[in-house]
Amino acid sequence: MWKWLHPYAKGEATYRLLGAWLPWLSGLAALLMTVGLVWGLFYAPPDYQQGDSYRIIFIHVPAAMFSMGAYTGMAIAALIALVWQIRTAEWAIAAIAPVGAVLTFVALFTGAVWGKPMWGTWWEWDARLTSELILLFLYIGVLALYYAFNDARTGAKAAAILSLVGVVNVPIIHFSVYWWNSLHQGATITKFEKPSMPPEMLIPLLICIAGFLFLTAALVTQRLRNEILKQELHRPWAQQQLGVEVNHGV
Amino acid sequence: MAFDSWQEAIWMGGYGFYVWLSFGVSLLAIGVLVVHGLLTRKKLATMAVQEKQRKQRLARRQQQERELRSATTE
Repeated sequence: MWKWLHPYAKGEATYRLLGAWLPWLSGLAALLMTVGLVWGLFYAPPDYQQGDSYRIIFIHVPAAMFSMGAYTGMAIAALIALVWQIRTAEWAIAAIAPVGAVLTFVALFTGAVWGKPMWGTWWEWDARLTSELILLFLYIGVLALYYAFNDARTGAKAAAILSLVGVVNVPIIHFSVYWWNSLHQGATITKFEKPSMPPEMLIPLLICIAGFLFLTAALVTQRLRNEILKQELHRPWAQQQLGVEVNHGV
Repeated sequence: MAFDSWQEAIWMGGYGFYVWLSFGVSLLAIGVLVVHGLLTRKKLATMAVQEKQRKQRLARRQQQERELRSATTE
């Protein structure tokens, strides 16, 4: 039943599949982000409490969501890499970590800049903010481990183990606003009741979230393709992809 | 449009600094990631060319050595 999946353990097949996806992912990301961010910045109504400062939400919330989403994806890749020893999954860890780290930085930065006018402080050591900061350190740690060893596979294994251990932080971030007293507001969309937001704000936010989903996917795809090429650089197919003519038999 | 003029849109009800700072830095960070990915690919292409040239040099040298050896034994 899973046989169709087997070719993708090979670098070349995955590289080609990702190459077919990349234009769609990046096109959708550019389109949805442009529409969502312009709508959010200029056409959504101001908030009755926060005025126009709330417009930071259109970047802050999607970035925070996919900082956690990317981590979950990375942990799944790590599990696959450790259990089935699939190298493509190992390379996916190296592809996801920088993207996740940038999304986490964006979430933290926009949060700080939003916090200054609303809470009166750039930073507070509260549960939500601290656990998100730990997420950034986890990403950096995974990357550092990945490249820390002369033997690439040892590094990939160490990075995979840290990814798996660190995944416990993801639910902690999500539920931190319920478990501890936090300056941070609670969930707006991801709860079972009706979202506490009027549609004029919710629709552009959902478009931004979709845009960031495709952005994350496109960035990971781009980096995973690079990683596959790097690892298979000695093979003729990879050299061909990079524009080098290969004379067979030499 | 939620604003009466572009000036007002940039002013953002007094929060313009915070809103534009967060949008600017975020898009910059994402842009850096995109450009870094593109540069990496370029670097890999250079590495592939160098690898090919190295192999060719090696093959040439081996060929020369073979010729030299056969010339001295004659």
